[in-house]
Amino acid sequence: MSKPDNTVKDALALGPENWADGEDPLARRRGGRIGAPVSRLDGPLKVRGKAPFAAEFPVEGMAYAALVFSTIAKGRIATLDTAAAEAAPGVVLVMTYRNAPRMRPMQQFDSSEKAGGADTLPIMQDEHVYWNGQPIALVLAETQEQADHAASLVRVTYEPGHAVTSFAEAKANGTDTGDFHGPLHLEIGDAEEALRAAAVSVDVTYRTPPHNHNAIEPHATTLAWHGDELVVHDATQLVTHTAWTLAHIFGVDESQVHVTSPFVGGGFGGKLVAQHQVLGAAAARLAGRPVRIALPREGVYRLIGGRARTEQRVAIGASEEGRFTALIHTGTSATTRHSAWPEPFMLAAHSHYAAETFLLDLQTAYVDMVANGSMRAPGGAVGVYALECTVDEVAAKLGMDPVELRIRNEPATGPTDGRPFSSRHVVEAWRTGAERFGWAGRNPAPGAVRDGEWLVGMGCAAASHPYVRMPGGAARITLTDKGLARVEVAAHDMGMGTETAQTQVAAERLGLEPGQVSFRYGDSALPGLVPAAGSQQSASIGAAVVAAQHALVAELLKLVSDDSPLAGLEADEIGAVNGGLAKLDEPERYESYASILAGAGRDEVSVEASGPPPLEMMNWSMHSFGAMFCEVRVNAVTGETRVSRFLGSIDCGRVLNPKTAGSQLRGGIVMGLGLALMEETQFDERRGRILNASLAEYHVPVHLDVPEIDLIWTDLPDPHAPAGARGIGELGITGAGAAVANAIFNATGKRVRDLPLTPDKLL
Amino acid sequence: MIPFTYARAENAADAVRLGAADGVKYLGGGTNLVDLLRESIERPTTLVDVTGLSSAIEERDAGLLIGAAARNTAVAEHRLVRTRYPVLSRAISSGASAQIRNMATVGGNLLQRTRCPYFYDADGFRCNKRNPGEGCDAVDGSNRTHAILGASSACVAVHPSDLGVALAALDADVHLHGTTGNRTVPLTELHRLPGDRPDVETVLEPGELITAIELPAPPPATRSAYRKVRDRASYAFALVSVAAVLGVEDGRVTAARIALGGVAPKPWRARTAEAALLGGPATEQAFRAAAEAELADAKPLRDNGFKVELAARTITAVLGRLAREQA
Ligand SMILES: Cc1cc2nc3c(=O)[nH]c(=O)nc-3n(C[C@H](O)[C@H](O)[C@H](O)COP(=O)(O)OP(=O)(O)OC[C@H]3O[C@@H](n4cnc5c(N)ncnc54)[C@H](O)[C@@H]3O)c2cc1C
Ligand code: SF4
Repeated sequence: MSKPDNTVKDALALGPENWADGEDPLARRRGGRIGAPVSRLDGPLKVRGKAPFAAEFPVEGMAYAALVFSTIAKGRIATLDTAAAEAAPGVVLVMTYRNAPRMRPMQQFDSSEKAGGADTLPIMQDEHVYWNGQPIALVLAETQEQADHAASLVRVTYEPGHAVTSFAEAKANGTDTGDFHGPLHLEIGDAEEALRAAAVSVDVTYRTPPHNHNAIEPHATTLAWHGDELVVHDATQLVTHTAWTLAHIFGVDESQVHVTSPFVGGGFGGKLVAQHQVLGAAAARLAGRPVRIALPREGVYRLIGGRARTEQRVAIGASEEGRFTALIHTGTSATTRHSAWPEPFMLAAHSHYAAETFLLDLQTAYVDMVANGSMRAPGGAVGVYALECTVDEVAAKLGMDPVELRIRNEPATGPTDGRPFSSRHVVEAWRTGAERFGWAGRNPAPGAVRDGEWLVGMGCAAASHPYVRMPGGAARITLTDKGLARVEVAAHDMGMGTETAQTQVAAERLGLEPGQVSFRYGDSALPGLVPAAGSQQSASIGAAVVAAQHALVAELLKLVSDDSPLAGLEADEIGAVNGGLAKLDEPERYESYASILAGAGRDEVSVEASGPPPLEMMNWSMHSFGAMFCEVRVNAVTGETRVSRFLGSIDCGRVLNPKTAGSQLRGGIVMGLGLALMEETQFDERRGRILNASLAEYHVPVHLDVPEIDLIWTDLPDPHAPAGARGIGELGITGAGAAVANAIFNATGKRVRDLPLTPDKLL
Repeated sequence: MIPFTYARAENAADAVRLGAADGVKYLGGGTNLVDLLRESIERPTTLVDVTGLSSAIEERDAGLLIGAAARNTAVAEHRLVRTRYPVLSRAISSGASAQIRNMATVGGNLLQRTRCPYFYDADGFRCNKRNPGEGCDAVDGSNRTHAILGASSACVAVHPSDLGVALAALDADVHLHGTTGNRTVPLTELHRLPGDRPDVETVLEPGELITAIELPAPPPATRSAYRKVRDRASYAFALVSVAAVLGVEDGRVTAARIALGGVAPKPWRARTAEAALLGGPATEQAFRAAAEAELADAKPLRDNGFKVELAARTITAVLGRLAREQA
């Protein structure tokens, strides 16, 4: 085990083979590449427009696709007239259920190892319509404009069926207990009784609207069949799953589908396999030509589901001293019968606070609309909002400082599973955050601080996101006789900085300079099953690289000559340093990689290995945390809110790269501001149709809505996470919304429990 | 998008000659029209580009003449506009985004069409503006952003322009050029209320062109302001906006011109409020009473009742500020 403040010159021991017991020696190493604020390696490419996105791959002989979307929420296509479209200039073909190739439906992401689908519906196979916006025809033409025009000439009539498009009706029809890696139900003790008996209690209902994905890059795919081989350039956060899913749908072998996705303009859970990739591939097959299908912004709304509507009851019972005796978080989220993906809002209640009793439950109600899916911090974004607002309500009722109330209920072990924490420094995050934000200067009386027309208030909220490492991560390391390393993982960089951070980590781990390491990703031909989902990529890649390094060192030890300083050593005696390997406690026994390979007469050595099963998740309670602080100004005349200050005090283990991590966290917080103040999919319940399917009418924060966002972190390594780092991709959005809402309460004395908090609700 | 042909007009006469045929639309910056073409909501057979027409901004009889092709940004940043008509400069800068304002022309801004989401979704919903007589899905639908004044049962959409609201308060005139010659209409009479023909939005004759906007000299001893209330800090249409020109002397209102945006099918000149104010005390109570008088006829819909109170408050606050500046 390395000493805590190792100097970087020491050889670095290999990482653990088992993350439940073992600790990563890299986690505690200071002064090296880990934690250096390295700028994104792909930055210059993107700034110069030289980074090819999925809709920019040039392919010879390509045709362009446009989709026609249904305008009813349920029923049958009665008549379908494609003659005018087919006769339009440049049209290659019009595909409908009548001529589409026979295809299997997708398997939904998370339902099996490599499934990557957004829903399980038949894809243009018959005349049935399942949601308003479902693709019912695809037009292929020589140019995008011709395709768009011809698509507008397709004439359809419907026989509508009864669609359930109102949440009220869906609830009245009966609900099922949600399932998200197990039933979403937990009882510890009698929480209802404890609530009744509590000295102080709050029992309230929070409502959150549906949200749609609005990544800057709309979904797009460029694809071509070569016989039964399919080459796909996709905007995706799961290359390997996409390859498997398309292979399954078209009945070819997984190895015959090759998916690349070198650059993605944001994923946020929305870039899985949806119908457009499948329809694009089907049309390419039918036409015998390469196809590009790039969704217009409206198409993203019609085809790609986002966050589901929720109605959440949160009830907390507390003693006079503010200790929680009951924590109830129950309610309903809307989903579709063909996706069964609940919005698991009550998961955070498992881990935030100690309470004597718990009642956590999620019911799903079924509506007929585009299948909702994962959207940055599924469940967490809206669930932490409701939970943390309710905690604020308890604090107000007790007359207690909300930071102190949270610290008072800090658990000693995982509150609902009793597992020890791998690393939890929430109290420290609260204290340092409060200090830096100037929390002590907050006037606890609501509506008491005024600056002209503006009411000023401060609020806070906890943030959390579980540590996840999905099974299946694998990596290949190839070392050359020049002492250069190539690390390859079928992972993704959707703008998070994966390539940059992983180059840093791999260099440090292998004892190389970052310039000597190249990190390859975004290609289904590379090893591993590493979806960019659940904020788990860094952990998954990290554990896989550690496993591959073990294999690499074993291979190199076989290659060393008898007179090598390393001869006769075992892998556990060895560490990486200075472009080679050395004995940990006798660093003068060293040989460079180049020398080992030269001695063995090898150009390169290549090894591949999989990370071990993620047992650390079973043995430890592992989460990233944050203490979010917000100051708002609410206009007393108009009800407009302006966020004037924001601080995130973050406890996420080691910060691998403060620049890229900061951007991730800030991006999450900006989304949290949007969640609180403006984001909402407007849905006409009469037709079951999304009304604001454009970036003009669907509001996300613009620059003027976002103040400077201050970030600090504990930067304390998590011994059971690769490189000591837990996930951060989704953490930022959790808690941010509640901090805004709680600040609005402090500013105005108004507690609005329906998002978004638009001016009309604060008049 | 339906295919069309494109022509570029060299001058107003040229434009009107080309524009006289059926199925012709004038093209300004295209920031609204092109969106509508893409949705096949506008289906012209020919576009006549009028951005080459006069975009000059020049003094005229102590007032200002602004060519219809002047870009929104150019108007907002013009020295004379900023100093003499700050309400106009503010109104323009509060609209859209910098990129859109750089493209958008004055003529196009005034004739941009409503942002009613039902109007924009030709595949999904019914709309009397698009298809006269088919019905209006907004009346009983999602209508939080719709009109409280001047609407009809056939159409409850609002006019989205900010620029137009300031021009209404400034008593601007609109210069028109058509096949039968030139004429001038007050800005406040350019747009029609929907009645039972919401598809007919202005008093323009077919093929008639906006050539310029004329602003009279600002009334002496007044101050002006524009305030826009919206769902986010920028890049959003008004929930309610108020353009006001106010003169106060010895605590009495000597001049008052008020126009409202976001509440009606056209830039809404609040003449009832103005009449209530003139000669009266410049007090908060008087401002509020005048606002309430203006809004007495408001007909809120299912989701937009808040606009009545919001408009009353915003009018009161804007007038209050202008009065304090002259105290
Ligand atoms: C996302 C977004 C946000 C926006 N936000 C705002 C906002 O907050 N406030 C606001 O005021 N506006 C806003 N706008 C609207 C914008 O201001 C208008 O699109 C713009 O002003 C239109 O000007 P244009 O020159 O591009 O007109 P075009 O799109 O070219 O034309 C619009 C109409 O005017 C007609 N036309 C153009 N010139 C003439 C002429 N000289 N004579 C007769 N007819 C003519 C055209 O035929 C067409 O019918 C927004 C637009 C978008 C896309
Ligand atoms: S309000 Fe007017 S624009 Fe909107 S749908 Fe009704 S008729 Fe059409």
